[in-house]
Amino acid sequence: MKGLTKELVLELAKLKNEPKWVTELRLLGVKAWNELVMPKWAPDLSDLNLEQIETYVKPDFEMVKNWDEVPEEIRKTFDELGIPEAEKASLAGVGAQYDSETVYHNLKTEVEKQGVVYLPMEEAVKDRKYSKMVREYFMKIVPANDHKFAALHAAVWSGGSFIYVPKDVDVEVPLQSYYRLNAPGAGQFEHTLIIVDEGASLHFIEGCSAPKYNVANLHAGSVEIFVKKNAHMKFSTVESWSKNMYNLNTKRAIVEEDGELEWISGSFGSKITMLYPMAILNGRGAKFEYTGVTFAGKGQIIDNGAKVVHVAPDTCSTINTKSLSKDDGVSISRTLAKILPGAKNAKAFIDCKSLILNEGAKAEAIPEVKVACMEAEAAHEASVGKISEEALFYLMSRGLS
Amino acid sequence: MTQKLLSLSNLTASVSGRKILCGVEFSVDKNETVVLLGPNGAGKSTVAAAIMGNPKFKVSGEIKFLNKDISKLSVDKKAMLGIFASFQNPVEVPGVTTTEMLRTVMEEKKGGFVPLDSVREEITTQAKKLGQNIWFSERELNVGFSGGEKKKNEILQMLTLKPKLVILDEIDSGLDVDAGATISKILADYQKESGCSYLIITHNMRVLKHLKPSKAVLLNEGQVTAVGDVGLVKRVEKQGFKTILSEICQEGEK
Repeated sequence: MKGLTKELVLELAKLKNEPKWVTELRLLGVKAWNELVMPKWAPDLSDLNLEQIETYVKPDFEMVKNWDEVPEEIRKTFDELGIPEAEKASLAGVGAQYDSETVYHNLKTEVEKQGVVYLPMEEAVKDRKYSKMVREYFMKIVPANDHKFAALHAAVWSGGSFIYVPKDVDVEVPLQSYYRLNAPGAGQFEHTLIIVDEGASLHFIEGCSAPKYNVANLHAGSVEIFVKKNAHMKFSTVESWSKNMYNLNTKRAIVEEDGELEWISGSFGSKITMLYPMAILNGRGAKFEYTGVTFAGKGQIIDNGAKVVHVAPDTCSTINTKSLSKDDGVSISRTLAKILPGAKNAKAFIDCKSLILNEGAKAEAIPEVKVACMEAEAAHEASVGKISEEALFYLMSRGLS
Repeated sequence: MTQKLLSLSNLTASVSGRKILCGVEFSVDKNETVVLLGPNGAGKSTVAAAIMGNPKFKVSGEIKFLNKDISKLSVDKKAMLGIFASFQNPVEVPGVTTTEMLRTVMEEKKGGFVPLDSVREEITTQAKKLGQNIWFSERELNVGFSGGEKKKNEILQMLTLKPKLVILDEIDSGLDVDAGATISKILADYQKESGCSYLIITHNMRVLKHLKPSKAVLLNEGQVTAVGDVGLVKRVEKQGFKTILSEICQEGEK
C-alpha cells in the first residue's frame, strides 16, 4: 500500500479487524493530513514524497511468542541486533516489530503475575479486559490533528506496544520494544502507549534501526506515556536509522503529582530527524529529566531536542542535550521550557552543548524558555544564558537589544 | 565652556515602596571625573542603577545625557548612546562568551556583520593592557571568575566598547593592590585618549590615583549632602563619613 487515501485506510482497518473507534481515529487522521500543512520552521522535507512511501508492509506470517518460530531471515536480523540474547540476559519482556507488524511479543511469567500488561498495540485495542483503558488514553496526548505527521501516524499506525503497570508494582527488569524497518521505501508507524499507575515504576527501552536503501524510508511513530501520582518511569531510546530515513517521530508524556519521568535518548542515523519528546508536568512536584545525545554525520540533519510544560506548582525539569556534527552534518538542539502562570516555584533548566568536529559541519542550539509565572525559576545555557532579570539587564546594559 | 554630559535632577528611586533616593541632583561634564561618595546604604549603587534603568527600582526624575532626556529609554538604547556601567557584582551568564557578547553589540552598533577576527584583534589589544590574552574573553561571561577577574572583564568590555560616559561601581573591590593601580592607570589613559567622563563610586581612593577628579558628590540617606572638589575626597579618607556628616550638619545649623 502506498500513499494515503481514505480507501487505503479503510482497507488497512479491515485487514486488522479492529474496533470501530480505532478506525474512526484513522479517518480523523486522514482528514487532518489533508488539512494540515508541512512544518515550515524546520528542515526542508520537500524531497519526501509520500506517494512513494509504502505505508503498510505486512510480513507473510503471524506474530509468535517464541523466537524459534520466527522465520529464519527475520530472526537472523534480530539475532544480529542481539535482541533474543538481551532478552534472556536482562529483560523482563520483549516486543519486536519488523516493518509494519509485530513479529514477536513476550513477557516473563513472573512479571505477568505482578499484573503487568505488555501487549502488541493491535491486540490491546481489542483486548477484552484492557481495550476500555486503551481507548481512554490512546491518542489523547498526541491527537490525530496535532501536526501533519501525527495525522499520518493516526491514519496508518500499525504495530507498537501497550504497557500497563498496576498500582505500586515495581518492574525491576526493563521491558524492551524493538522496531526494525526492513522494506525499502516503506514507512513505519508504530504506536506505543505506556501507563504507569500510582506508585508504580517501570524502565522501558525502545530501539529502532533499519538497513540502507536508495529510496526514502519514513518513520512516524508515536509514543504516549502516562506517569501517575508517585510513579516513576524511565524511558531509554536509541534510534539508529539508515541514512535514507526520514525520522519524524512524536513522543509525549504527562506526569502527575510527584511522578518522575527520566528520559534518555540517543538519536543517530537518518537523513532528517525531527524529534522533540515532550513532558507535561501536570501534578504538583512532578519531575522531568531529559538527557539526549545526537550525532549528525555526512548528509544528515538531526533536529532534535525536548519540550517541557510546567503546569503545576513545584514542578522541576532538566533538559541536557549534547550534539556532535561532522562532515557536512547539521545538528540542531531545539528545546523549549514553558512555565504556565499556575506553576509557582517551578524550576526549569536547559543545557545544550554542541560540538562541531570539522569545518563544514554545523551546529545550532535553539533553547527557548517561556515563563508566565513570576515565582518560577528558569535557566538555560546557550545564547542567552540564565534568564534571570539580572543577567538580562546585564547583557542589555552592554547594548544587546 | 565646559559642556554637560550627564545631569540628574530630582532623581528618586524606590524598591518595593521603600524610598532609596529622594531627589538627587548633580551633573558630570564632558571629560570630567566625578567621585560619588557616601556611607554604606547611602544609595550610591542605586544612583548607578537608576541611571541605567534597572527594572528592580521605580525611578522618577530627569536624567539628561547630552541635553536629551533619556529617562524613558531602555537600557540597551542607553548603552548605544555611549553609556557604560560596571556593576558592583557582575552577573554570571552561562552559555555566552565575552567575545560573543561584544561581537553582538558591535554588530548592533554597526548595523551589520563584523568579522570575528577583527573582534578578537580588538579584544586582544585591550586585554593586553590588563595582562590578559584573548582566552580570557573566550570563557563564558563571568562564569566561575574570581572577584578580580570579573572586574577586569568589566574593564575589558569598557575598553572594547569605547563609551562616552563610564559609571564604575566599586570597580576596585576584589582587585589586589597592583591590579588596582594598573586599572587606575588604564582608566586615565582611556580618558586621555577618548575624552570620556567617569562617574566613580568607591570606598577606596587607590583607584583614583592616576585620575584627577574635579568633583566629589557626597551622598547620605538618598540625598546629596555636599558637593566639593578633590579636597572632599581626601577629607573623607582622613576623617571618615561620620565626622564629616556631623560637621556638615553643624555647618547647616549655623
